[in-house]
Amino acid sequence: MEVPILKQGQVLIATFQAALSDADLKHLRIGLVEQVVRLRSRGVIVDVTAMDVMDSFASRTLREIAHMIRLRGAETVIVGIQPEVAFAMVQLGLTLEGVATALDLEEGLAYLNEKFKTTN
Amino acid sequence: MPVGELRVAIKSDQDIVLARQKGRVMAIELGFSSGEATLIATTISELARNIISYAGEGQILLKAVQGTKKTGLSVTAADEGPGIPDIQQAMRDGFSTSGSLGIGLPGVRRLMDEFEIISQPNRGTTVTVKKWR
Repeated sequence: MEVPILKQGQVLIATFQAALSDADLKHLRIGLVEQVVRLRSRGVIVDVTAMDVMDSFASRTLREIAHMIRLRGAETVIVGIQPEVAFAMVQLGLTLEGVATALDLEEGLAYLNEKFKTTN
Repeated sequence: MPVGELRVAIKSDQDIVLARQKGRVMAIELGFSSGEATLIATTISELARNIISYAGEGQILLKAVQGTKKTGLSVTAADEGPGIPDIQQAMRDGFSTSGSLGIGLPGVRRLMDEFEIISQPNRGTTVTVKKWR
């Protein structure tokens, strides 16, 4: 499954779909970091609004993506985790520790812009 | 369309997605809330992934069940894999032999109302969970 990745200035926006398989997620893990390198991006927003299930594998992959991108010197923020999905994640014990999250795309962009200011 | 029983063969990671989608649809048809359907779909995802990680293949059986006063959905994940040598250990938070997070089984138990596991070395593992409305 194709995941649209949009470039907006220094930020990449990846929009995840509901029916992502493990293989898709593994692809994205590499693909996103490659794009960050190629486009010299400073921030990545991963929009998971459409994801109706966030299981342990998806959650671990998101963490790995965020940590890899941080090693590259860029920031990642996960946006749009649905309330029901958040509830299931907490029950499962998935915390996305060490990964920035925001309510939606707008808040995610605001978060990154704030980050860019302080590091400039 | 009456909701009865549905079997999904689990052979690849694509089947994990298929099984959890079918589970969500069935849960909604049985009258579960969208939030409960999310818990059920997440459970199916975890159980189906266990099948792929530990046994390679197996199946997920989704069934409408009737209690004395309530309706429920039962999910059975069955494989003929190596089995779990120490179930008590596997049920502890943070334990994993496949290099995953190890939240699988104890996490699933928290998501659902009933949990039952039968495992025999070299014969396979069957996990049955139920959620009541």
